[in-house]
Amino acid sequence: MPELDSEDLEIDEFVRTLKARHGYDFAQYAPASLKRRVRALRARTGAESIAALSRRLAEEPLFLRQVLAGLSVPVSEMFRDPWVFELLRREVLPVLASYPRINIWQAGCAHGEEVYSLAILLEEAGLYDKTQIFATDLNDVALEEAAEGIYPAANAALYAQNYLRAGGSRSLSHYFHARYERIKFDQSLVRNVTFANHNLGTDGVFAEVQLILCRNVLIYFNDALQDRVLRLFRDSLVHKGYLCLGTKETLAHTSVEPDFEGVDTAAKLYRRIGHV
Amino acid sequence: MFRVVGIGASIGGLEALNQLLPGLPRDYPWPVIVLQHASAGYRDTRLDELLALRSALPVREAEPRRPVQPGVVHVAPPGYHLLVEKDLRFALSVDEKVSYVRPSVDVLFESMADACGPRCVGVILTGANDDGAEGLAAIRRAGGLALVQDPAQARAPQMPEAALRRAGADRVLDLQGLAARLAALPGEEEPA
Repeated sequence: MPELDSEDLEIDEFVRTLKARHGYDFAQYAPASLKRRVRALRARTGAESIAALSRRLAEEPLFLRQVLAGLSVPVSEMFRDPWVFELLRREVLPVLASYPRINIWQAGCAHGEEVYSLAILLEEAGLYDKTQIFATDLNDVALEEAAEGIYPAANAALYAQNYLRAGGSRSLSHYFHARYERIKFDQSLVRNVTFANHNLGTDGVFAEVQLILCRNVLIYFNDALQDRVLRLFRDSLVHKGYLCLGTKETLAHTSVEPDFEGVDTAAKLYRRIGHV
Repeated sequence: MFRVVGIGASIGGLEALNQLLPGLPRDYPWPVIVLQHASAGYRDTRLDELLALRSALPVREAEPRRPVQPGVVHVAPPGYHLLVEKDLRFALSVDEKVSYVRPSVDVLFESMADACGPRCVGVILTGANDDGAEGLAAIRRAGGLALVQDPAQARAPQMPEAALRRAGADRVLDLQGLAARLAALPGEEEPA
């Protein structure tokens, strides 16, 4: 193994500062991606070094917002992997329809692309008015942007294509207004969404839900944090509740594997079993 | 010395890989990580299955948290950046594109340079963009070995040219030469 270089040591110090001052434990994140994000944060904030980032974090409490925004935003798109959303539409929503009230948890919602995707699915299935979506993230900046539902117009063509592939029956433009270089989604789509700060690393169960969508979040976590989060999901789901992970994520070889059955192995759609 | 081989390819890469990989023997002692930019034509077909037809080594899609294994060709899944952690396990990310692509060779090679230092072998093949040039430079800075396909022989010369301009190389070879070099290296290395 190579020796830790000075950059690694500075990143370790930065991670320690974040934990000691603010309680966010990025030591549980996969190191290689975290390193890229810390480097990018340093460049974006104009800090002369990662050590300078740590000093600023210690001295300026408000800097935390910016740091969390830089360390925790995966890029998503609407109806990413359209066939997964088509499966949710075809297999999961008819089951959810049998509940008098539907609770859904979108964990790690980032900028909200999948929240709006989900809301559109529910609206088109006639289920939205009895649904509550909890969209959570540890990043307040992302949560505010998610609530606004504003995305670059350059993405609209991809989103519209994904929507159709996901079984959409209209045109996606039915749901947004284009203004200048931006598209803004209809705010009625988030009328039943609660955007809330929730840290998967430290916070607990807050609701009993029938569906958890958490795609491409676990890939950033180490084994210990992934395990914690999966247990949290298990404990939040009703009997026969659904868990949908990213297509490269899996419950295989995890401690909760016996608590779930696979519904669709490619889509990484699982169902909670074994509840009494 | 135990090494980790990374191979980056873009346009024309499937054909190039199908010439290069069969040159590695069944008992090849090192892990090989292949990153082929996924163009629309490849999206519905699994690259690991296509390459497995010609490779003597087992070819598998790289999975997060799973170990980088000797004697296996690991293929980057389309749509995700592929990284190697210091404990020689894979990680994936959906962070923004780098050099306009995801997966990016720069991301893979920079993570390899961090994780494996002088034990890296970086190989740049055909491609019509500049991805991989920064990553190859990182591998060279870390003391690793850089091999680049001769741009004159590449279906798309831009990627090897960019790599040579930015990083230089220990060897510039055609595909047969690269295969022979990669196959010979383990036997030439002193035991660790």
